Amino acid sequence: MGKSYLSIENVGVTFQGRGLGSEVLKGVELQVEKGEFVSIIGHSGCGKSTLLNVVAGLLPVTTGAVILDRVAVESPGPDRAVVFQNHSLLPWLSVYENVRLAVDQVFRGAKSRAERHAWTLHNLQLVQMAHAKDKRPSEISGGMKQRVGIARALAMEPKVLLLDEPFGALDALTRANLQDSVMEIHAKLGNTVMMITHDVDEAVLLSDRIVMMTNGPAATIGQVLTVELPRPRRRLEVDAAPAYVAARRAVVEFLHERAPGVRVAAA
Amino acid sequence: MALPAYSTDSGPAPAKPPAEILAMPVRRTRLAARAAALGNDLAGVLVPPLVTLGVLLFLWELIATTKPGGLPAPSMIWLESRELILHPFYDRGGVDKGLFWHALTSLQRVAVGFSCAAVVGIALGVLVGSSKVAHRGLDPLFQVLRTVPPLAWLPISLAALHQANPSALFVIFITAIWPVIINTAVGVRNVPQDYRNVGRVLRLSPAGYFFKILLPAATPYIFTGLRIGIGMSWLAIVASEMLLGGVGVGFFIWDQYNASRISDIVVALVWVGLVGFALDRLVGLLGRIVSRGASAG
Repeated sequence: MGKSYLSIENVGVTFQGRGLGSEVLKGVELQVEKGEFVSIIGHSGCGKSTLLNVVAGLLPVTTGAVILDRVAVESPGPDRAVVFQNHSLLPWLSVYENVRLAVDQVFRGAKSRAERHAWTLHNLQLVQMAHAKDKRPSEISGGMKQRVGIARALAMEPKVLLLDEPFGALDALTRANLQDSVMEIHAKLGNTVMMITHDVDEAVLLSDRIVMMTNGPAATIGQVLTVELPRPRRRLEVDAAPAYVAARRAVVEFLHERAPGVRVAAA
Repeated sequence: MALPAYSTDSGPAPAKPPAEILAMPVRRTRLAARAAALGNDLAGVLVPPLVTLGVLLFLWELIATTKPGGLPAPSMIWLESRELILHPFYDRGGVDKGLFWHALTSLQRVAVGFSCAAVVGIALGVLVGSSKVAHRGLDPLFQVLRTVPPLAWLPISLAALHQANPSALFVIFITAIWPVIINTAVGVRNVPQDYRNVGRVLRLSPAGYFFKILLPAATPYIFTGLRIGIGMSWLAIVASEMLLGGVGVGFFIWDQYNASRISDIVVALVWVGLVGFALDRLVGLLGRIVSRGASAG
């Protein structure tokens, strides 16, 4: 049974379409320790977002179970905060109000009004977005929106932070900036993080372990790689380190040799 | 430095102390430029419709004077209905009132009927949009009923309610409600999955979800429905007042028709058009204020 903090046990997901079901995930087994940063990488359509949604509780499992801190996951909740791929900020609320909504919802009984206000500002400062607290999402850039999305998730004090390709829609420079911010925050707070990505460098730079998924249908975990790089990691120094190069090579090899995406495209 | 002084009329400039020469003309040209730009904008908006109006009036005048016996020409209307045009506020008791009072009475009826339609329409729209069972049960009924023209409701409501005024209100209500229901339902169904997921992760209560996510997300759609609805209710008021009598723009038109005062009808039509236009803009403006930012990503 799940001795780890987050335990994904024999998870399978089958979508029921007209008569024929399509099996997306099959027999996924993964143990994540508290404070660990785990990336899940694979070709598009391999079911990595499905796996994240199962952990979030947004999708039900067909077989198996997800157990977080000795409790089985059955529905979504703020203990598994999600940073969505397209930020999902509510456009009619200001930056502050977006975070405050989450803070009010999670800490309504536990914190006073003033404490919730301070906690909202604290989390905005953590992602360097306090200066734009009164702006609406439409008035800030894509990278800033994603920062606010991260602040909203952090403000829930989740047991595990789920990042669904959080930087996928950003340009390379903004992306690097945000990756650095996420590393800093992870070092400071020690969150347990599960991140979906399709960027090999991002996975190697940020993760303690990289989980590589085989191609669907019936995708499962093909290989798990531990990144042997000491923290804190600095983008410029790490780049040439043998451990970085080796890890990068192993992931690329897996993606292009053992589970090439061409097969998916041809199917 | 000397450039601004040359650009304005430089006649008296040498007589004044240099400091003034530098400061004054700059400000004057800047102000003048801004005024000119504003004038240009205004002219661009106002001139084309005014030209259209002038051409139409001219053609109308031309046709009406060459073929007398049909519609009165604009010049005739001015002669015959001058008092009606210039004095919208007179009141000689009974139904002999200025057009402002007729329009006001009609507007009061629209206010009551349309408010009811807005409240009931949004409630039904939310129900139909969020429940599949309610959608299957009610939507076919709505789709059939919404095609019934306002005037066809009048005899039914008269038979049911026996009195003229409630019947007129009911006709407005039943005419305005369909676009509100249908657009609200579409808005509720189209709440993006991402926002729903945010609500689920936050474990919002049903009431919290309704007020924090569903209603704001559907607001632009709701106001589209309200805007169509108020236009239709204004159509319905004129039609129903024609048959019901009393004070009101619709009745005024019918009354003048019976008295063969076609010129007065034309003046009343202009009032109906302008009030309808104002109502439409008012709801549109309200929608923009309430849902500001809601549609932007």
